[in-house]
Amino acid sequence: MRAEATFIAVEVDDAIAADPETARRLTEACPVDIYAQDGDGRLELVESNLDECVLCRLCLDATPSGAVKVIKLYDGGAVLA
Amino acid sequence: MSILIDAETTFIVQGITGREAVNLTRECLDYGSGAKVVGGVTPGRLGRDVHGVPVFDTVAQAVEHHGAPIDGSVVTVPPAFTKDAVFEAIENGVKLIVIVTERIPRRDVAEMVELAALRGARIIGPNCLGIIVPDVIKMGGIGGPAKNAAQAYTPGPIGVISRSGGMTTEMSSTLSAAGLGQSTAVSIGGDAIIGSSYAELMPLFEADAQTEGIVIYTEPGGRMEAELAGWVTEHSSRLPVVAFMAGRFMDEMPGMSFGHAGTIVEGKEDTASEKIARLAQAGISVAERIEDIPEMIRSKISERSRAGGVSA
Amino acid sequence: MRFFEFEAREIVKRAGIPVTDFGFATSREAAKEAAERIGGSVVIKSQVLTGGRMKAGGVKFADTPEEAAAHAEDILALEIGGHMPRGVLVDPKAEVEQEYYAGVVWDGLRKQPVMLFSDMGGIDIEQVAEEHPDHVGRGHFSTLLPVSDFQAKQVIAQTGVSGSPLNRITPILTRLARLFLEHDLTLAEINPLGRLKDGSFVALDAHMDIENEARGRHAKLLADLGVGPEETRQAREATPFELAGEEVDATDHRGVAGNVTEFDGNLGLVIGAGGGSLTLFDAVRAHGGKPANYCEIGGNPSVAKTCGLAKLVLGKPGVEQIAVMMSIVSNTRVDIVARGVIKACLELGFDPSEKIAIFRIPGAWEEEGFKILEKYGVDYADRSVSLNEAARRAVEKIQGVAA
Repeated sequence: MRAEATFIAVEVDDAIAADPETARRLTEACPVDIYAQDGDGRLELVESNLDECVLCRLCLDATPSGAVKVIKLYDGGAVLA
Repeated sequence: MSILIDAETTFIVQGITGREAVNLTRECLDYGSGAKVVGGVTPGRLGRDVHGVPVFDTVAQAVEHHGAPIDGSVVTVPPAFTKDAVFEAIENGVKLIVIVTERIPRRDVAEMVELAALRGARIIGPNCLGIIVPDVIKMGGIGGPAKNAAQAYTPGPIGVISRSGGMTTEMSSTLSAAGLGQSTAVSIGGDAIIGSSYAELMPLFEADAQTEGIVIYTEPGGRMEAELAGWVTEHSSRLPVVAFMAGRFMDEMPGMSFGHAGTIVEGKEDTASEKIARLAQAGISVAERIEDIPEMIRSKISERSRAGGVSA
Repeated sequence: MRFFEFEAREIVKRAGIPVTDFGFATSREAAKEAAERIGGSVVIKSQVLTGGRMKAGGVKFADTPEEAAAHAEDILALEIGGHMPRGVLVDPKAEVEQEYYAGVVWDGLRKQPVMLFSDMGGIDIEQVAEEHPDHVGRGHFSTLLPVSDFQAKQVIAQTGVSGSPLNRITPILTRLARLFLEHDLTLAEINPLGRLKDGSFVALDAHMDIENEARGRHAKLLADLGVGPEETRQAREATPFELAGEEVDATDHRGVAGNVTEFDGNLGLVIGAGGGSLTLFDAVRAHGGKPANYCEIGGNPSVAKTCGLAKLVLGKPGVEQIAVMMSIVSNTRVDIVARGVIKACLELGFDPSEKIAIFRIPGAWEEEGFKILEKYGVDYADRSVSLNEAARRAVEKIQGVAA
């Protein structure tokens, strides 16, 4: 799944997004509430919060390598590593 | 050397588990030779740690754990609890207290300052960012993360005292860019009553051999600049002073005068133009622009050393 | 926050300081009833938070309840210094033998409160201090130790007052000092304090200011007096633009983006922090710029909050461009502010490179911030450009646009 705002886009591997445990970890980790869970515990991306991303990498640390991509749209689509 | 703090200074952070306090602790640990943050206090959080700093319920526990008196405390608790936290620090032997918290009522500040005076402790702030000795130590959020602080502050001969936290960094950065480092920079806070005024810090800079000149940031309101001017004159200070005054536009705005009883105590010395005149009388130059400060203080320092024949 | 006279008198009365048997009225009828209850001659005083009400015709004497009603009606409709009165105070006309002054204020240098007293009341204490300094007594007192009568007595005695007046005024000044501390006041004045024919003393007028920061812990007093939490009583009432700024600041708890003051220029300012805002505002004016507003950002506000403030400023009629400037930031992030102001331009359908005259915020996360600004073609400056120089460039640019 992917969501995009003005400055930041986030891509999450679909299999990861379907796992309620990972969704919970992402929801807890993000200081600006980009991640949420729907009624079934599946991951949701909160589009209105994307541009608040502080590039803290906590979501990357909470998931397997490459499962979450934080993309800087203002930097030629550079991916936060 | 420096004033107030040095590489050996030990301090605690009261309210250490708060969001901003966690950052501040990290910054202080990372900066210079690494501050000796010997503990943190947040009631109910005994046993936790913040970036390796042990957290206690009380200041007494922190002192006991340290096994020796603790020199200082950075207080970052909410305004309603600040007075109690500061009293706790003072009564447990802490002698230097930096109060970061904003919006503390004057009565509380006056009580804290009075108790500090009784116990021989000193308060910096409230509503301040703390103290920094370039490349050595910082106590408080001054300058921000270690990397940013290192960009703005460099060691050298200028003492900086500022009522604005942000402007402490702006002025120091301007001095650094011109090759004038700082001995110590102190953000003293912008409130009506503060623990340490310009004049109260002057004797410390006066006694510090590294310091050759003073740069201050001031604003309209209060009599602290008049007090400084008086101190400089009375003590024939060896240190030249350059001041930068912001908020000149306020002179033309309504609702800025204290009026009546406030004026007879606070005097008629608190508008920007009156302050500038007062400072000038004491031989303190007032810079129109921040970028003029380095040249002004440099030439004043060399004037003094020529006249006095003593070069630091 | 300043109290109205009728509120200040109520506070004085609760502290056990004698006051006249006054009434407060917001209508002609209520004023008449109060005058009837009081009996005899009364004074009708406009309740406004501004000086000069005597000169403006806001204080009138009445011998009968009918006359009191007529005066009340006139005064209730009389605007003084841009303020409409909250009501009128109906006060018995006291037979005063002598007027005194009693006050308490803070001394910022001594960091203590100070009692003031004069045997020349009824006029500005400022004037007495200048013309008759020997008629003003003053004394600092501790905030830790209980206020004691002798302290007040010493202050009063400095003016040469002795005998029965000294003994009668002493507890009044002591109580005033105690209530000053108890209520977190920044000013407590009784002027005049009147000595009546029978030798007793009564507060004939009172002025009080409570510290805004301490309002929270005096909720009960304020509720008793009918002062709502929304009442700020600024010297100048906030404009809708300024109120909108407060709303923006309240959108979330992250950082500050507000403290907006409205001016009528064409250059919108998104500036910070406290000291930086003052410095930048001065600099814009020194270069002949016309600011549309003053404001303060700091403490690391969110993108949404910064965007909200920038939109407010950009949307203000007459604003042609905005200048985004701060002193070197260490807590606030350059990239977050850059996102906020660019977003504001985009959402309002403006080209950021045209609307943002200059962006000068060096410091934390500046590398990321500068990338964002470059992408949108916004003119930006780093720390090698002084606040003053940044302001000059903004003014030059907007004057070019205007020409």
